[in-house]
Amino acid sequence: MMNDRSTDAPIRVLIAKPGLDGHDRGAKVLARGLRDEGFEVIYTGLRQTPEMIADAAEQEDVDVVGLSILSGAHMALLPRTVELLRQRGMDDVLVAAGGIIPDADVTKLKAAGVAEIFGPGTSIGQIARYFRENARRS
Amino acid sequence: MLGELRTGERRPLARLLTRVEGGDPSVRALLPDLFAAGHGGHLVGITGPPGSGKSTLVSALIGEWRKRGRRVGVLAVDPSSPYTRGAILGDRIRMMEHAADRDVFMRSMASRGELGGLAATTWIAAAALDAAGFDPILIETVGAGQSEVEIARLAETTVVVEVPEMGDEVQAIKAGLLEVADIIAVNKGDRPGADRAARQLRAMLSTAGGRIERKPPPVLVTTATTAEGVPALVDAIEAHRSTARSPMRARERAASQVRRALADLAARHAEADPGWEASVQAVADRELDPFTAAERLLDAGRLE
Ligand SMILES: Nc1nc2c(ncn2[C@@H]2O[C@H](COP(=O)(O)OP(=O)(O)OP(=O)(O)O)[C@@H](O)[C@H]2O)c(=O)[nH]1
Ligand SMILES: [Mg+2]
Repeated sequence: MMNDRSTDAPIRVLIAKPGLDGHDRGAKVLARGLRDEGFEVIYTGLRQTPEMIADAAEQEDVDVVGLSILSGAHMALLPRTVELLRQRGMDDVLVAAGGIIPDADVTKLKAAGVAEIFGPGTSIGQIARYFRENARRS
Repeated sequence: MLGELRTGERRPLARLLTRVEGGDPSVRALLPDLFAAGHGGHLVGITGPPGSGKSTLVSALIGEWRKRGRRVGVLAVDPSSPYTRGAILGDRIRMMEHAADRDVFMRSMASRGELGGLAATTWIAAAALDAAGFDPILIETVGAGQSEVEIARLAETTVVVEVPEMGDEVQAIKAGLLEVADIIAVNKGDRPGADRAARQLRAMLSTAGGRIERKPPPVLVTTATTAEGVPALVDAIEAHRSTARSPMRARERAASQVRRALADLAARHAEADPGWEASVQAVADRELDPFTAAERLLDAGRLE
């Protein structure tokens, strides 16, 4: 019943798209790409509130939360999501974001607990490598 | 550990499920208490072909059971890629409206490439949800492969979700359906032909041979997107609960569970045996038949 697989279990990543803008092509491409890189990707779809994302991440016990954001509401949504995750006891979950975010905001977001921000043109291979190197594994 | 499960806190349950999924050896010691802590939650399998609306239906079922004051647990199992071991677990998209509801716990699980092991993992995960007081516990699996049939056997009540377009395939799916279905939902009832498909199915099932000790499974039409027919489906699932707990069915299910546990234990011991590699090679070289190899490995285990 119990093989010792725990150490090499795939990394679990939740991909969510907070905010109101209506297309998720990028998030879907990322989800598929990460699957092909050997990740277990929980895809939650469009228009998620930070509460929904944190609640889903908690139940799924993911190692990484990846937030895809285009709407410009990143300063409202990303720190709030980090805060809610921490409130739920997910202190070591890696939070990363992808999207077009001005440099000044990047500094603030990192201070708020977003570990990394991937700009347009980042390859899936780069993202996968970053997740492998930085995800908590427990 | 188990005490924490009962508080309704999500995090300890989520962490335990990670250990179960990962095959963490420390879980073995918890199993007696975990199963003993069960509250008798109704284990309901939801299966059917890809895209037939299982997840949407699960979401509608959650909504109906919540109205009836129940706490609902969900496990949604999707296949892992055998090449990369990665998976996209997309069932949650359809259930996000319940994400914040503290009385709903939903977990996506990847098959991680194991056929029999998946059934055992799912069953232990369901036991954890039961210990945490969820009732019913819904298990979504796709398709009708061997592992899905096994998971269905571990469930007390299995709902097979079909779509109206199955029409001509009715004959082909009949055997598989009869094997696992306690209830059939013809979903996407808003599409043309749903009632006709349901009638065809009922006619087919009423003349079916085979397990004559059982009544043919009820066939219901549902529209998961509007929840039409969903209260009736919940009623049918509830009605089946007592059937599933008849002494005969309970015994059949227990036998499946013990067989499952036995196969897993035996395989685990045999794989840890020093003679495993040589035995497998001997079978590959056709020097030994698999049954004799298995028997010798079992005997070797017994001598320990
Ligand atoms: N018209 C109609 N569409 C439905 C109904 N139920 C589900 N759908 C749609 O069918 C598609 C698939 O629904 P899912 O709930 O994801 O189906 P599933 O069986 O869980 O899919 P897999 O898990 O991928 O096998 C979605 O676009 C749903 O909106 C229904 O009752 N009527
Ligand atoms: Mg689904």
